[in-house]
Amino acid sequence: MKINDVQTKTIPNQNVSLSLGKRIKPTRILLHVVLIIGAFLMVAPFLWTVSSSLKDMSQIFLIPPKWLPDPVTFQNYPNSLTAMPFDLAYFNSFYITFIVVLLNLLTCSMAAYAFAKIRFFGANVLFILFLATMMIPKQVTMVPLYIIMDNLGWIDTHLSLIVPAGLFNAFGVFLLRQFIRGIPNELEEAAVIDGANPLRIYWSIILPLIRPALAAFGIFAFMGIWNSFLEPLIYLTSPEKFTVPLLLNTFKGLYFTDWSLMMAGTTISVIPVIIVYIFAQKQIIEGIALTGSKS
Amino acid sequence: MKPLKSRQQNLWGFIFLTPQLIGLLAFSLIPVLFTLSLSFMKWDGFGAKEFIGLANYIDQFTNPDFWKALVNTAYYTVLVIPIQIAVSLAVAIALNKIKGKNFYRLFFFMPVVTSSVSIGVIWMWILNGDFGILNQVLARVGIDGPMWLTDTKWVMPSIAMLSIWWGLGYNMVIFLAGLQGISRSYYEAADIDGASNWQKFLHITLPLLSPTTFFIAIMAIISSFQVFDQAYVMTSGGPAKSSYTFVYHIYESAFVDFNMGVSSAAAMILFIIILMFTLFQFKMSKRWVHYEDQ
Repeated sequence: MKINDVQTKTIPNQNVSLSLGKRIKPTRILLHVVLIIGAFLMVAPFLWTVSSSLKDMSQIFLIPPKWLPDPVTFQNYPNSLTAMPFDLAYFNSFYITFIVVLLNLLTCSMAAYAFAKIRFFGANVLFILFLATMMIPKQVTMVPLYIIMDNLGWIDTHLSLIVPAGLFNAFGVFLLRQFIRGIPNELEEAAVIDGANPLRIYWSIILPLIRPALAAFGIFAFMGIWNSFLEPLIYLTSPEKFTVPLLLNTFKGLYFTDWSLMMAGTTISVIPVIIVYIFAQKQIIEGIALTGSKS
Repeated sequence: MKPLKSRQQNLWGFIFLTPQLIGLLAFSLIPVLFTLSLSFMKWDGFGAKEFIGLANYIDQFTNPDFWKALVNTAYYTVLVIPIQIAVSLAVAIALNKIKGKNFYRLFFFMPVVTSSVSIGVIWMWILNGDFGILNQVLARVGIDGPMWLTDTKWVMPSIAMLSIWWGLGYNMVIFLAGLQGISRSYYEAADIDGASNWQKFLHITLPLLSPTTFFIAIMAIISSFQVFDQAYVMTSGGPAKSSYTFVYHIYESAFVDFNMGVSSAAAMILFIIILMFTLFQFKMSKRWVHYEDQ
């Protein structure tokens, strides 16, 4: 099949009809059919969620089910928004994630620069320590971290979510180091001759050169923080401080039997993320692919 | 060029490293040592700590909850890993050279960006035994679907099913990146030799993709040993602890039973299990992972 593609591209004028005939193979069509069904199955749960959220109580429990709501009712949306402070949760999730990602980008790239380009005492040992901690599942440090946060007076504050996540990301250090190592030394050496110190080199040479890696890592970190559940569950107790996943979990606990209301709440928690995803899908997917393939 | 003196190198190195180094010490290394020491103690989180040696570890082996958690987690891992890797590889290969790759990719990756809680609530509704859409569709074709999330036999396969759906796109994207790294010349040479598609898959794609497969396998095993969110949101570990996972055990021992020592011992055991699996995979990888530049 590959060869056919190459031939039709490189020798366009030769046997056009023949290569066209070859291109539309029945196996290809079958493959598309299978992929379309697969793609539909991937999206169907979301579509069903939205459809259920637009039904009233009389329609949601119908057997056999109605695929589309009739009549469409939007009442579940204002009802969920008054039942739970989703707007606050969005604000909380957004600003927490934003600060953590910024802190990660800054501090991880700094550490990565030190490991990649500066020959300082103990660099190897410290780098191995960073690598080793990547092996530690986060649940192992759950209890001590809770106690540390408690002693700092950070329980039920956003600092408990921002500071540990922002200041420690061994994966980020490792990933960015891989990229910075790929930058030829000659670039910095020229800057050193011009009298630039490491701070200047880091800021005006290294950072601009690893921008794609920073973007990829930023997306990776963003998804991790935005969707994290265990940490907010342990640290936060006041509903007005909840993040979106934690608020949705509480919402689920309270309105367990009102499925159309729950689906409206879930739609509120999912749709903005999906919209951002659809617009930035190229960057997001390629960023994730980059973080995966570089490690 | 005048290179920095070694004292200056040391100074600058530590200046750049300081923020993450503080994080490493305060939020990872010291806590791990703390967990280790707590695992030898009896402590409710408030009162005095009492050193009790290995009692917390011995307790695990006589604790039915521990075994339940271990078996459930292992079962989940066995269900998820092979299916997820096989399906995501198949989709990646199908998409690799097809028109409209980006179009399909958009849909397959979509669940990855949504949170575990949203996913959990969505699937609670889909898998609802009486009114869920899955059982209604099954009824159409004459199958009497089980009570997915309230049947002790079906709850773990249900959670595995949605986890496969959730993580499929992530693995697919990594596989796609791996596939694109394989040089076309191998396939062109195989075509000249008259190799079939299946032979090309077996003798070119699989070996050259093995570093990617290795990465995915390691990440997938580590993350499936840590499964918690779905079980917590959808079933609270039930019914009858049949979706009680290892991390659930760590969480519940600490934050429900206030038995920090038992929780810490369980956490250390999880750490050791993951470490051993990863080292084992690295050891085995020499037999099946093929690096092109060697």
